[in-house]
Amino acid sequence: MSQYYVLEFEKPVTELEKQIEALDAELAATPPEAQAAIVRRIDDLRSAHQQTLKAVYSNLTAWETVRVARHPKRPQSRDYIEMICKDFVELAGDRRFGDDPAMVTGFARIGPHKVLIVGHQKGRNTTEKIACHFGCAHPEGYRKALLKMQLAAKFNVPIVTLVDTPGAYPGIGAEQRGQAEAIAVNLREMTGLRVPIISVVIGEGGSGGALGIAVANRVAMLSNAWYSVISPEGCAAILWKAANEQTNTAAATALKLTAADNLRLGIVDAVIAEPLGGAHRDPNATARALEQWIIAQVADLKRLDGQRLVDDRYARFRKLGAFAEQADTQTPLA
Amino acid sequence: MPDPAQPSPQPISKDKDMASNNPNNPTSTPSRAATATATWQEVKPTRKVVVSEGLWLRCPACSALIYRKQMEANLHCCPECQHHYRVGATQRVEQLLDAGTFEPLFTNLRPTDPLNFRDLKSYKDRLRSEQAKSGQSDACKAGVGFIKGRPVMLAVLDLDFLMGSMGSVVGEIVTRAIEGAQDRGIPLLIVSGSGGARMQEAGLSLMQMAKTSAALHRFQSAGGLFISLLTDPTTGGVTASFAMLGDVILAEPKALVGFAGPRVIAQTIRQELPDGFQRSEYLLKAGMVDRVVPRKDLRNEIARLIDYSGR
Ligand SMILES: [Zn+2]
Repeated sequence: MSQYYVLEFEKPVTELEKQIEALDAELAATPPEAQAAIVRRIDDLRSAHQQTLKAVYSNLTAWETVRVARHPKRPQSRDYIEMICKDFVELAGDRRFGDDPAMVTGFARIGPHKVLIVGHQKGRNTTEKIACHFGCAHPEGYRKALLKMQLAAKFNVPIVTLVDTPGAYPGIGAEQRGQAEAIAVNLREMTGLRVPIISVVIGEGGSGGALGIAVANRVAMLSNAWYSVISPEGCAAILWKAANEQTNTAAATALKLTAADNLRLGIVDAVIAEPLGGAHRDPNATARALEQWIIAQVADLKRLDGQRLVDDRYARFRKLGAFAEQADTQTPLA
Repeated sequence: MPDPAQPSPQPISKDKDMASNNPNNPTSTPSRAATATATWQEVKPTRKVVVSEGLWLRCPACSALIYRKQMEANLHCCPECQHHYRVGATQRVEQLLDAGTFEPLFTNLRPTDPLNFRDLKSYKDRLRSEQAKSGQSDACKAGVGFIKGRPVMLAVLDLDFLMGSMGSVVGEIVTRAIEGAQDRGIPLLIVSGSGGARMQEAGLSLMQMAKTSAALHRFQSAGGLFISLLTDPTTGGVTASFAMLGDVILAEPKALVGFAGPRVIAQTIRQELPDGFQRSEYLLKAGMVDRVVPRKDLRNEIARLIDYSGR
């Protein structure tokens, strides 16, 4: 585990992980009769490691959670597809402009269900990251997603979307080809699809770029994911006039972007617990939890007919928002 | 990089160096910020809409000295160069509707502070000062009225209130306006002018994009006509939801319309943006809007479009 990119607040944990690794190596080189003492030391370190991990991860600040959500080793859409899906048939292209690798789409089987998977992909190595613009999709990505979702709806196949983006790409080509229009059309058209739609924010849920594939009947977040209208840095730069460790921390807290906050606000319906220490420490266990939740939701929603699904989705978003409604309009403002 | 703000004319008594009017103090923002949807502060102009002092103004576009009354009579466009200044929601309603026909609706909605949001200033304080300054409770005005005798449901975002940003109240008023147009069987006209989503309502503000777009799905599937008018500036979450979903999309001349703000884009790609980038005329060429319509022609054009919709 020492090859892990280390987050500042994880240092006490990785320190112990290094020591355990060193002792493991020592153990291998030690004759059996002398191993007992080392084994005891390893056991002690392991329990200390669990305790430290628990202490660190049960007290993450919102900003630290964002850092976990961006951990380079955190599983991405393609990783989950490999771990969860059988018979994945990737489908490419928007038939208008091109194929956006930042948006992965295709048919797959999850448990007993045939589904269409749609997911942001950030890229796992430098080449892939650059091709994917670090998970920032272009209009053609959103249009590709919609085209495949409409295909799924035609054949009554439920849709599962995995959200993991810092935001839609801000660039000349993206603007020229209608980034705003592409996202807006997805928001409107996803409303009308007559099949179950299930979304999970698996890492970053950055603004309209995230929502553009997340107009679903059920929305969940992995426990260390974030979801909000702007990144903490973006918010800090604008409202605090500077983005640094201190203002990012303040902005992340103010934005109420964690899974628990979003659950409280009714923006998501469920939080899927990651293993202790985050999805990057145990991708397989995370994948199993994700898989279980998806299977349960698909099974549940499959009982509803097309119109009920559309009505259910409409009602879900129609009620979101917080405002006061005054009986008489003469009351002073605020 | 183009200045995203389209300044209103300056009272000449206060006229200093025009070049120093750029409100977008280019602070260094990390590249992460670049991926976020533009929000209202990014396009916030320094000076306010013309206040009462000074009969003469200087046009920031052509530098001509103009007579205030003449500018106002010209629908807040420069009499010399026809530069379109920003107008608040109240003036916009007056300019678009037949005189005296506006019946305001949904006026009893008030913003709250669901996240107890505080940056350098608390959201509650911001709301209070914006309300005191504008006399409005939030950034959207809606109601029914007539355009050349044709009934319409009209919703106007108000740039004078937190830069027209969309929080829960704006999202709810727009949604009710859409539903109201459907119930009454009349066309819907939404005038957008907004910095985007309202950060102080964070995730709930984001959800207004889905809510308004969902309502449009129902309205438009049922055969309703939605005319979207884009004014300077329309960016971020408003553009990426109802503003770009018009059956017909009109834009005022030279309005800045985009998903990301020009500053964010320039920082991301680290290069100069093309001339006129994200302005109405550019969007027309890119195929993103139907027509660029001068303010003086809006009533005529909208009335004609309504007639084609068969309602
Ligand atoms: Zn002028």
